[in-house]
Amino acid sequence: MKKIYILWLRQIKKYLRSKSRIVGSLAQPLLFLLALGYGFGSVFQKAGEGNYIEFLAPGVIGMSIIFTAVFSGIEIIWDRQFGFLKEMMVAPISRLNIMIGRTLGGATVATAQGLLVLIISLFFGFHLSSVGAIIPAVGIMFLIALLFTALGTMIASLLDDMQGFQLIINFLVMPAFFLSGALFPLKGLPKALAFVATIDPLSYGIDALRFLLIGEVHYGLVRDVTMLAIFTSVFLLLGSYFFKKVEV
Amino acid sequence: MISVHNLVKKFGDFTAVDGVSFEVKDGEIFAFLGPNGAGKSTTIKMLTTLLRPTSGTIILNGGDPVANPDAARRSFGIVFQDPSLDDDLTAMENMELHGILYDVPSKLLKERSKELMQFVELWDRKDSLVKEFSGGMKRRLEIARGLLHHPKIIFLDEPTLGLDPQTRNSMWEYLKKLNKEEKTTIFFTTHYMEEAERVAERIAIVDHGKIIATGTSESLKEQTKSESLEDAFLSLTGKMIRDEAATPADQMRMRHRVWRR
Repeated sequence: MKKIYILWLRQIKKYLRSKSRIVGSLAQPLLFLLALGYGFGSVFQKAGEGNYIEFLAPGVIGMSIIFTAVFSGIEIIWDRQFGFLKEMMVAPISRLNIMIGRTLGGATVATAQGLLVLIISLFFGFHLSSVGAIIPAVGIMFLIALLFTALGTMIASLLDDMQGFQLIINFLVMPAFFLSGALFPLKGLPKALAFVATIDPLSYGIDALRFLLIGEVHYGLVRDVTMLAIFTSVFLLLGSYFFKKVEV
Repeated sequence: MISVHNLVKKFGDFTAVDGVSFEVKDGEIFAFLGPNGAGKSTTIKMLTTLLRPTSGTIILNGGDPVANPDAARRSFGIVFQDPSLDDDLTAMENMELHGILYDVPSKLLKERSKELMQFVELWDRKDSLVKEFSGGMKRRLEIARGLLHHPKIIFLDEPTLGLDPQTRNSMWEYLKKLNKEEKTTIFFTTHYMEEAERVAERIAIVDHGKIIATGTSESLKEQTKSESLEDAFLSLTGKMIRDEAATPADQMRMRHRVWRR
């Protein structure tokens, strides 16, 4: 337990010490809120969908979580390149526990990042339906974060170096974000796109966040949470399976 | 303390370690010498549970590291050839993390960290981030960390690479003291012949994944009728220069260095 805690703490310390990373990863969500939020605001309103900033903010929160989470998982590649992975691998701690400690740490960091974006979006005109909703929302954020940190771990276990990183971002993280309904409503979509959204775990995460934060929902909270829990468990299993096979 | 029988490691078609057998006695200082790419590091990785042998058996401190890795891991400390510290943590935090991973009780952890860091003369830098350290300071910290859980065996993979003579000397003084007082078994690889000659009780010369000679430095010199251990080494392994393929890690480190400038 203490071993998992110290690995978790390591992730937190590293995050808090890299101020440039915190600020840097806020730039993208800010840009989305500013350019899309205000840019499409009037069109969205005219289409009878209401306030676009309200609709967009949960999506942008989801975006910042998945980018931070996947990156935290992928950091294992850095640990390998710069040697620290070896220190963990020769220590009397199981691979599973290394994976658990790291994943919890990465997920905590990603959740904090999501919360930060939530606070920032309040300044852009985002309104919470109720302040108490933040607590269950943080729970959902943590689930999303766990899922994508585990995904990052899985990818990092399969890659040798950072060369493939761009590939992952473009072919996995970007599609997961853009096709999840983070930017547009899921109702009335073309069939193919609607189907893709149903197999994108982030769709459920963002749908749940919307329900909790602004009271709008597409799939329904029960389905959202169930699907999210299933996806998260699957990716945690996959992540630990592939991490077990890593050789240094 | 270490008993290896017919150890083989294959990477695809390439056989990195090809039927290696040797014994290291309790409390012995044993050196592995060999040209680049001879299989030294691969052997150490198998002994320390980082790689699974393709075939062969290893007995480490009475146990099998393949079947029971955690027991084996508690029994040894290791100083790797490449750095393995977390650069974003302080020296003390690196020590603490190691101590907790090895179940060192917290009071003991504090005492030993202080003692070891004073020994490697890093105590006054204990709260500095490791990324501010020079190569030699990092190496010293790694040695201190490797000894933190008082291992029965310590593996050192080219431990003195890039250290100045003063640090190298004081490091060996400490290790020899540890070897004498605590009966710690020491297994190391090196390129410095005079180091092996001065420190090691027995030496194994490896080439192309095989042990081609074992013995004291005297007996190796006798066997090859050479004046020095270096001549003995060259007459056993030939004068051809070996190349090692750069691993992705090396390439990445290069890029990282360029990038940071």
